[in-house]
Amino acid sequence: MLLPSLLGVGIFTLIPVLASFGLSFAQWNLLSPPKWVGLANYAALMSEPLFWKVLGNTFVYAFSVVLFEVPIALALAIALNQQGWVVKIFRTVFFLPVVTSMIAIALVWNWIYDPQYGLLNAALGAIGIKPIAWLFTTDWALPALIVMGIWKNVGYSMVIFLAGLQNIPDELYEAASLDGANPWQQFLNVTLPMVSPTLFFVTTMSTITAFQIFDSVYMMTQGGPENSTNVAVYWLYQNAFEFFQVGRASAMAYVLFAIILTLTLIQWSLRKKWVALES
Amino acid sequence: MGGPRILAYLFLALGSISMLVPFVWMLATSLMTPEQMFSLPPRLLPSPLAPENYSRAMQTVPLGRFFLNSLLVACLTTAGQMVTASMAAYAFARLRFPFKDGLFFLFLATMMIPPQVNVVPLFMLMSKLGWIDSYAALVVPGLFGAFGIFLLRQWFLGFPEELEQAATLDGCNIWQIYWKIALPTALPALATLGIFTFIATWNSFLWPLIVTNSEHMRTLPVGLAAFKGSFRETTDWGQLMAAGVISVLPALAVFLLGQKYFIRGLMAGSVKS
Repeated sequence: MLLPSLLGVGIFTLIPVLASFGLSFAQWNLLSPPKWVGLANYAALMSEPLFWKVLGNTFVYAFSVVLFEVPIALALAIALNQQGWVVKIFRTVFFLPVVTSMIAIALVWNWIYDPQYGLLNAALGAIGIKPIAWLFTTDWALPALIVMGIWKNVGYSMVIFLAGLQNIPDELYEAASLDGANPWQQFLNVTLPMVSPTLFFVTTMSTITAFQIFDSVYMMTQGGPENSTNVAVYWLYQNAFEFFQVGRASAMAYVLFAIILTLTLIQWSLRKKWVALES
Repeated sequence: MGGPRILAYLFLALGSISMLVPFVWMLATSLMTPEQMFSLPPRLLPSPLAPENYSRAMQTVPLGRFFLNSLLVACLTTAGQMVTASMAAYAFARLRFPFKDGLFFLFLATMMIPPQVNVVPLFMLMSKLGWIDSYAALVVPGLFGAFGIFLLRQWFLGFPEELEQAATLDGCNIWQIYWKIALPTALPALATLGIFTFIATWNSFLWPLIVTNSEHMRTLPVGLAAFKGSFRETTDWGQLMAAGVISVLPALAVFLLGQKYFIRGLMAGSVKS
């Protein structure tokens, strides 16, 4: 009964993850047999300025997305934490981008960011801001992707927050308002502490998702201009399938894996502590 | 009541407008003639409507074929995941076998592996098997996953065992119990897993991009990306947006129909981990 899953996960997840690890110590162009080179791939990565740029871009992207997405999602969830059909419609609307393919979303945002005919420059023009060549400038291309990333994922974080908020007993708010706490004080002293485990979960999950950005870069900028939007997974893809540098791609894959694994392990261990504190 | 509530609704209204505008503009542009598209200032709504963008897009690229590929891959993957995950989940919930806890932990641990890490060796495995550019490559690696096992095991554990024990006394074997008793009770959890898998597979991009070469094997997202790439400077946004609308609708429809189950699945992921 367990056999299909065991074989499937073994062949398509566990063996590849080990193979990827092995390949990160090899030099291979997919044609001639792989050659063991030890840590040379990692050493080459460390001394390659583009690697650091790509890593930097990925960090900037991930942390900027999370920095804005999480507070916006929390605010939305607080505003939507009530009964009624109006609220239900709002929730659905905010969730639509989450279930839409990033490729379709990137398509329409590409058009929104169009320097000449795009909606964004037209809207900014109405308040007197000169047109910006969003995806074509090294300064604005990454922020443009960040804004789109926030727009796409905010609904996911909102739904998780809503679940967290619904677990807060009403009595706490009643007690607080009897003590004369205004809405802002209630937020600081009741909502925030009670929702903090969820806050932590949402933050790590969004960071992990953001680190895996690929579709929008492939679709909108191809890493450009001048690698200003080149990110970890896109560079991995380029190295493996455009430059045929399998070893370097695998080393990059493991650097990404290490970052994400660290985040996940922090999440798991702290989560346990928090749950223990609650009960 | 009063001030804060009005402010909240204003915030929500502004927020949902910014959520909806890209969707509306996609639909609107898909119905615009080039003159309307390239007018200044940009227009938000088409008039007169230009539905010919849809038929022209169908002629420029095999959209119908992309659509069928996506549908086939998503349906097969969903059905397969439901079978493999429910079997493994039932085994973990009800059977006794050596290394049970260790194996379950191993499955859980695979959820921490970002799929991008595996892409290169998986691609090489596919080419060894001669599966590149085939449905096998698009479907088979997606048939297995720890999330579904985790979700369904939780469901089976929460379900009383009496009915199954009675069936054992009546001489049913484990497969009959799994198929006739356990699975029908797990329909809500199966629906959650099914909707999740369908939407994720429908929208997936990196894997189908890597394992397909020929145009007739592309799924919608890959076909859409190639369609856009082929235009470069003088992009016919009307045709592109028409293709985009076609690619978005099925996932949205599945989500809207099964919203309750979908959200429940998200919660399961967040509460238990």
